[in-house]
Amino acid sequence: MQKDALHILLADDDEDDRLFFKDAFDDIKVQTKVDFVHDGLQLMEHLNQPDVVLPDVLFLDLNMPKKTGKECLIEIKKTPHLRDLIIAIYSTSSSDEDIEDTFVQGANIYIKKPSDFNTLKKLINEVITLNWHYHTSGLNRDNFLLSLK
Amino acid sequence: MKLFIKFDINTICSLFLKEKLEQLNVDFDTLGFGEIQLKTNVSNEELDTIKKELVPFGFEVVENQKSVLVQKIKDAIIEMVFMDENENNLKSSVYLSEKLNHSYGYLSNVFSEVTYSSIENFIIIQKIERAKQLILIGEMSLTEIAFLLNYSSVAHLSTQFKNTTGITPSAFQRIIKKRRENLK
Repeated sequence: MQKDALHILLADDDEDDRLFFKDAFDDIKVQTKVDFVHDGLQLMEHLNQPDVVLPDVLFLDLNMPKKTGKECLIEIKKTPHLRDLIIAIYSTSSSDEDIEDTFVQGANIYIKKPSDFNTLKKLINEVITLNWHYHTSGLNRDNFLLSLK
Repeated sequence: MKLFIKFDINTICSLFLKEKLEQLNVDFDTLGFGEIQLKTNVSNEELDTIKKELVPFGFEVVENQKSVLVQKIKDAIIEMVFMDENENNLKSSVYLSEKLNHSYGYLSNVFSEVTYSSIENFIIIQKIERAKQLILIGEMSLTEIAFLLNYSSVAHLSTQFKNTTGITPSAFQRIIKKRRENLK
């Protein structure tokens, strides 16, 4: 029904993971357009281009070479034109401390990387549907926290 | 010789639209500017013809009526959830169908079709949103918040909070507090 696709940017150094995510996005009902960057440096370069079209949601892998997801997160939150990005962190860790820490740094969503495709699809569907509401229903983004394990 | 002509766009458009629709043998009522009610059922093909015939004259049938309705549903839900006091004792399904003059089944279908989520789910999201605000204001205890938002108990609110956000109300409070300190 909705014509406008949700623009997703995914930062992950692992090619298999990128494909995994891409397939999951292709499978959900909400229309999405997914772009990729391969590491933290490339991500920050991309976001800092003068004519960049910012994504509706940034999916950020915590463990990336060159610049980690956490470093990117902190940098993004310090950059005025990027500060309001919706950021979904995903990682293999599911410790409450790690989760709380990334939230405190300004992430909105925390996803524990699942090992099977169907769980990933389910998680992504949940994230995207809720995110739609944040886009279209004037919910307060500062209070947007979602943790999925 | 020059003539200056003053014209009223509303009248022109209404008359023109009327003429066009009559040419197309459409039986209709005008319900104020911009909205017309077809008196007979038309097939999708006929509707397409009507749309096409109108385009060259600058008329366009608004396609996203459903989106308009979804927005109305959302507004009504937000109003309901953010209403102070427990004035509203109606069930949400009754409240919505009375307010929007459609059956709840119809509203519910349109909502799911457009947003890919249910009205029930949206109500929960809004209630949790309100709970978040109240928690952050910090003037009410969780028990009071649960009562205000019509939860049967604190436990019920906490569970729904955790199910919706993945974190507990107290973790939420802690995170936002730390975040604000970080920003200082």
